[in-house]
Formats: sequence, C-alpha cells, structure tokens
Amino acid sequence: MGDIFTNFFAGIVPLEAYMVVSLIMFFSGVYGFLSRKSLLMILISIELILNSIDINFAVFNRYLYPENMEGFFFALFTIAISACETAVAIAIVINIYRNLGHVEVDSLNELQEPAEVAENTEVSK
Amino acid sequence: MQYTLLILILPLLSFVVLGLMDTKWKPKVAGTIGTTVLGIVTLLSYYTAWMYFSSADISGTYQEIIPFQAEWLRFTDSLHINLGILLDPISVMMLVVISTVSLMVHIYSLGYMKGEKGFERYYAFLSLFTFSMLGLVLATNIFQMYIFWELVGVSSYLLIGFYYTKPEAVAASKKAFIVTRFADLFFLIGILFLSFYTKTFDFGILTSGDASVFASTAGVSFMGISVMSWAMALIFIGGAGKSAMFPLHIWLPDAMEGPTPVSALIHAATMVVAGVYLVARLFPVYVLYTPDVLHGIAYVGAFTSLFAAVIACVQTDIKRVLAFSTISQIGFMMVALGVSKMGGEEGLGYMAGMFHLFTHAMFKALLFLGAGSIIHAVHSNEMSKMGGLRKYMPFTHWTFLIACLAIAGIPPFSGFFSKDEILTAVFNFNPYFGALMTFTAGLTAFYMFRLYYNIFWGKEHKHAHTPHESPFAMLFPLIFLATVTVFAGWAIPFGNFVSSDGVAFHSELDMTTATISVVVALLSIALATVFYMKDSKTPAKLATTFSGLHKAASHRFYVDEVYMFITKKVIFNNISTPIAWFDRHVIDATMNGFANVTQWTSRRIKGFQSGEVQQYAFVILLGAIMIAALVIFV
Amino acid sequence: MAQQIIFYILALIIAVFSVMAVTSGRLIRSATYLLFVLLATAGLYLLLGYTYLFAVQTAVYAGGIMVLFIFAILLTQKPGDRITPESLKQRTLAIVLSIVGALFCGVIIFSNIKKVYALVEQTEIDTKHIGMTLMGTGKFQYMLAFEAVSILLLACIVGAIMIARKRS
Repeated sequence: MGDIFTNFFAGIVPLEAYMVVSLIMFFSGVYGFLSRKSLLMILISIELILNSIDINFAVFNRYLYPENMEGFFFALFTIAISACETAVAIAIVINIYRNLGHVEVDSLNELQEPAEVAENTEVSK
Repeated sequence: MQYTLLILILPLLSFVVLGLMDTKWKPKVAGTIGTTVLGIVTLLSYYTAWMYFSSADISGTYQEIIPFQAEWLRFTDSLHINLGILLDPISVMMLVVISTVSLMVHIYSLGYMKGEKGFERYYAFLSLFTFSMLGLVLATNIFQMYIFWELVGVSSYLLIGFYYTKPEAVAASKKAFIVTRFADLFFLIGILFLSFYTKTFDFGILTSGDASVFASTAGVSFMGISVMSWAMALIFIGGAGKSAMFPLHIWLPDAMEGPTPVSALIHAATMVVAGVYLVARLFPVYVLYTPDVLHGIAYVGAFTSLFAAVIACVQTDIKRVLAFSTISQIGFMMVALGVSKMGGEEGLGYMAGMFHLFTHAMFKALLFLGAGSIIHAVHSNEMSKMGGLRKYMPFTHWTFLIACLAIAGIPPFSGFFSKDEILTAVFNFNPYFGALMTFTAGLTAFYMFRLYYNIFWGKEHKHAHTPHESPFAMLFPLIFLATVTVFAGWAIPFGNFVSSDGVAFHSELDMTTATISVVVALLSIALATVFYMKDSKTPAKLATTFSGLHKAASHRFYVDEVYMFITKKVIFNNISTPIAWFDRHVIDATMNGFANVTQWTSRRIKGFQSGEVQQYAFVILLGAIMIAALVIFV
Repeated sequence: MAQQIIFYILALIIAVFSVMAVTSGRLIRSATYLLFVLLATAGLYLLLGYTYLFAVQTAVYAGGIMVLFIFAILLTQKPGDRITPESLKQRTLAIVLSIVGALFCGVIIFSNIKKVYALVEQTEIDTKHIGMTLMGTGKFQYMLAFEAVSILLLACIVGAIMIARKRS
C-alpha cells in the first residue's frame, strides 16, 4: 500500500500543477474583486492576482528556460511595483475614509459631488 | 405702361406695413395710410383706363397689352407659370370697378369701424383683399389667376371672421372658405386638364382663336363627354363656387356676419363676380369649343337667379335680403354670358353681362353701405326693428331709393340699361327663357321695394335713442356711388369699350324689351307699395295662405340642412371617424413606438456608464475572455 | 519525493486560504489569510530554488505590505466589525465569470502543455550574479529597469504622502 504512495509521488512536480495553483489564486482574486463591497477587500484581491502572476513567471523560468533569468527578475520587479501601488492605493483609501466615513465602493460612482461642497471642503464631516 | 405694376404693389405694401405695425400706430394713422394708398391706386387705375381706351387702333379693336411678365415656374418649354399684368378691355374695366368700390369702402370704414378693436387689422386685410383681387383680374395666365383666386378666398375668410370672438362669425368664415375651396378643387382639375392638352396656361394663347392649340383634344373623351367640355365645366364649377351659384351658394348669406363694409366690398361688388370674370376671360374658348357648357352655364345662372329671388322675398334680415339679391343678380350676369355668341350684335350677351357687372357693383355697394348706415343708426339687422326711418336719415334714404330704382330697372338709372340689354340678349336666345328672366326681374323689383318700404316707411319702432344720420365719412361714399348710378347708364357707351371680340360696337336699345321690362318693374313696385308702404294685413294673410312655400323659402329651401346632413352623418361618421382612429392609433402609435424604443434602449445603455468600478472590471474581463476565445478557437 | 509532498501541502494552503480570504466576513481575517497565502507563495519560490525571491517576497510582501494593510484596516473600521454582505446577484455573476474564466484558462493550459520540459538540477543562484545582472548595462541586464523602479518608488512615496496628509 505504501507503493501507491511512493509511486504517486515519484518524479518531479509537473508544470500543470503549478499552473493550477496559480489559476486558483488568480480567479479567487477575480471573484473577490468583482463581488466585494469594501475597498480594502478589493485591494486584497488585487494582491492575490499579482501574486499568482509572480508564481507563473517563476515557474516558467525554472521549467522552460532554466539558463535565463528573465522570469526571476520580472517577478522581482513586479513585487516592487506592487508595493508602490499598494501604498498609493491605501493613501487614497484613507482619504476616502476621511471624506465619506466609510470605504464602500458602491457610493463611489460619481465623478464629483453634486453640490459645490467639493472644492472647499476638507476633512471629514 | 409700367406704372401698372404700382397698382399691384402698393396695396401689398400697405398690407405688409399695416399688418406689421398693427396696434403700434394709432387707428387714425392706419386708416389714413390705407385710404391714401387706395386713393393713389384708384387714380392710377383711372389713368390706365384713360390711356388704354383712348388708344384703340384703326379697326376700333383694343389690343391686349402686357406691360409686365416674369416667368416663375417652368414645367416644360411651352408650359410655364408666369406672373404678369394683362391689360385688355375687361381687365381695365375691372380695375376701375375694384379700385373705386374699394376706395369707397375704405373711406366709409373710417366712419363705420371707428372705435372698433382691431381697426388696424381690418385695414390691413382690406389692403390684402384689394391686392389679391387686382392680381386676379390682371392675371396673364390661368394659374396666376388661380393663385390670386385662393388669396382672395383667404382675404374673404379673414374679413368674414373679423369679429372672431363671435361663434357665428367664425363658423361663417369657415363655411365660406371650405365651400369655395371645395369648388376650387374642381377648378384646379379643370386647369390641369386644359393645360395638359393645350400645353399652356397663357390666356393670350388660349383665347387667340387659334385652333391648333386645341388640336390634341380632338377625339379624347370620357364617359361620352369630350375632354374640353369636362375641363371647361370643371373650371366653371370653380367659378360657381366663388360666385355663389346654386348649389354652392350657401356660404354667401352666412358671410353677412362680417362687418357691413366688407360685405359691400367683397360679397357684392368684387369677389363674387370673380366667377363671372373667369367665364368672360375664357369666353372665346367657351363659345368656340364648348357651346354646350356655355348653355349649361346659362341654365344654372337662370335657376339660381329665380331661386335666390324667391328666398329674398321672405327674409327679414336686411343684409340677407341683399345677399340673396346679389346671388340673383350674379345669376343674371351668368345668364347673359351663357346666351351670348361671338362678335358684334351676336355678342350682346357678353357686353351686357360685363355692363351689368359694372353697374351692379356700384349700386350693390351703395345698397350695402346704406344698409350699414341704417344698422349703425338702429343697432340691429332686423326689419322689425326699423320703420319710418326716412325722417331721421335723409341722405341714406335718398341714396338707398336711387339704388333700389336702379336695381329694379327703372330708367334713367344705370340698372335699367344693363338689365335691359341682358333681357334683349336672352330673348334673342329663347323667348321662354326671356319670359322667365323677366319674371325674375319683376321679383327683384318686388323684394327690393319691400325692403325699402319696411325700412323707411311704415310704423316706427320704439328705439332706445333716436336714430341719427351718419357722419360725413359714411355719407360721402353713398353720395358718390349714387351719382355714378344715376349717370353711368346713359353716359357710358359701354359697347364701345367692352365687347366679345374686342371690336367696339354700338348697341341700340330694343324698345319692345325695354317697355316690357319697365312695365313689369312698375307693376312689382306698385304691388310692394300696396303691401308695405302703410301697415297692411295682406302680407301676413298671404304668408298663411301659402304657408308651406313661405316656410320653405324662409328656411332657404333647406339646402343648408341637406349639406349638414351629408357632412355630419355621411362624411364625418363613415369616412372621417375611421380615418381619425387610424391616424391616432396606428400612425401615432408607430411614432410613439419609435420614441419608446429609443427611450428604453437609452435607459439600458445608460447603465453602462454607472460609475461602478466592479461593473467595469466585470465587462473588461468578460470582453478579454471573449476576445481570447475568438482568437484562439476561431 | 519530499519535494512533491511539500509542494502539495503548500498548494493546498494556497488554494484554501485564497478562497477563504475572498469570502470571509471580517476584514482582519481576510488580511490574515492573505498573509498565509503570501508566506506559502514564498515557500513555493524556495521550492523552485529561487532563494533571493523567497527572501524578497517575505520581506516586502508579507512583511511590508501586509503591515500596511493592517494599518489601513484598523484606521478605517473598528476591528470585529462584520462587513455587510453584497447582493446575491452580484455574487452569482462574479462566481459565474470566475468559473468560466478558470475553465477557459484551464482548457488552454492543458491543451497546450507539451511536456517538453525538464527540471534541470542547478546550483543555487548566488547573490553576486543577481547583483551583476541587476546593475549591468549589457544585454539581458536590468540597469534601466532598476533605475526606473527606484524613481517609481520615489514618486509613490511622495504621492502617498500628498494624498494622505491632513489638510490644515
């Protein structure tokens, strides 16, 4: 009975397995992006998406082009850029929280506040 | 001769200016401008007539002069609609008539319409009417005449409905317009037939007597009647509508709802003779190519004449009596034209008809203006509210009497000469016809003097305030027209000016006919005097004896009721209502459907720009998957 | 064989926790699950032999970004708040699209993988080599990208401060 165990786990990890993992992570991120109300949840979903892409790059690099380093460096830069983007996004979220009192994305569907309160207001109510 | 263009343009300018300035100017200014312009036009017309009639050439024929012609629309090389001015004997005669009567009406209205609301609008419309009528008579081609024909109809509509707050006036103006418009449909069809076969609209070509113009109509016929007869008969129907021939006469009595000077101008002297003018203008065509239609015209005219005369005998509203009298007299003119032939003595009917048009315009306008004077004094149209007015209104009385004598055909007034020549022409055509027309002439004298006695003699009615004579503005036209009526008969040798073929001829008075007609007229006047001069029971007794006839006549022989029945029960219910339903529920529904679909679609599309980020992301992802699928698998 | 077992454990962690992260009712829990996912991803990098990437992932992502998230969450709500669930229609649409997308991609992956790969044994990539590649200006060397990312970082710092500062 132990043979089944050993036979199953013989050999290398197949490429498809890594792809499946990143697929699940990606589409979880998509689901979260499309259906969650809170802005921060949406940001978390974006992080998931970006991470799945990183795994893809690293795996392709390791399995298909072992002597090159492109995928590695792409993943590296992606991590850096993702950090920047998250920082700015969170700054915006804080700003929205200050103005509206909550961070639900449903109320953010107009480009400008209807009354002329937009130019002169500041901080939260 | 280029100044003749001014005759047309000045009233048009006056209309535009008075119409635009409306109440911004004081009424007096508007009245003065209107009257002055008309005065200038009248002087120009007289000058034109003088120049034209003193320019006969050697054989005594008056040439057709066309001082102005401009091409407006071109259909083919030979078929085009021009706008131009045509001067020939009858158009110059009409110029004189129209401008004189219009000027008198303008002066009269200064007094009659004083203080009325809409005074300026009234003068603007009068100018419009004068312009349209002048354009009609000066038309060089039949289509131009049709254009001005319609314009005249519009002016009449505007003027009859002048008191637009009164429902009867509004209804009357609508009736007038619709009945004449209905007749004009046939007129248009006739024009189209005629111009299709002759390839021209121009009067000069049509009436030139050149047979080749009508060559293509030979052998073409429909239902056994040749196409020329159809065309000319249809054209006559248009004329009959405007001239109130039976059965298209129903609008004229109702048109008396307009102000009295308007009745004098339009419905006595000028517009209603447009039909007669049309027949006279196309007379060469009628007499040479469709003599049957011409005789038909004579019969229609005779019947209308008798019909209207009978009704006039029992009317109690003085304006209605005058309206039916007008219908009757126009019938006379149509008969005169209908029995006439071409050339010299044979063309007596033509000359007599035109002469009667001239004299009738003068004395009928006088009668209407006098009636206006009476109405102004008594504030009512009904004969029962009048009586013994000769004490209070001497000028009106004498001028009215002169006009009544003229219309009855008593020498030496103008009516005698013209009516006598008509009767001579009719007797030459057919003696029984002549007898009928003489009887109608007798009826004419009878009802006119019935009118006269009921107004000026007899028992006085109690008035709220004593009637007084009219102001000078209203009296001057009466006196002027009365003078014309007295002198025009024997002072103007009409045959020298107007005749069927343009050659001047001298007509002698036929003593037999003259004696018979004068005797008949005097007898009728005597009868009227016996009945109406003093209060007498005889009319009432006669009314009860012939109660059926009397009742039918006072209801105008129920012709209006027949029309109302046909329009309401037949046309409205069976034709108009289904069409209206279709329009509202099918056509409008389709249009509304388009709008509704557009609105629904736009509401749906609006949702694409909702501003919700997640929706945008959804659509982007969906689009990406679809494009990828397309590219990879297709 | 050990590799495979470790891989499957990590893969399971990733799958389960990513799904739980997006369906959780409380924000802090979502953040925590995300943290686990990120750490497991770092583990996957280590499994693949990219030690440097493992270090960067842990330090930047799991260490820096997650802390940022926690700060933001705590600044914008009281911890323990349940977030209001969204409408069924929205959730259904999102699930349908996700599953459709996943199937689509899955089909593409599985029909195109040609199995012409091999896991070559390689020595660990040393830092010196990474540094030379990162700072080099030749072909396949990333000096320009490095500088660009540094400028981006500067811009982001300034931008974030500008946006989020208190306006007085």
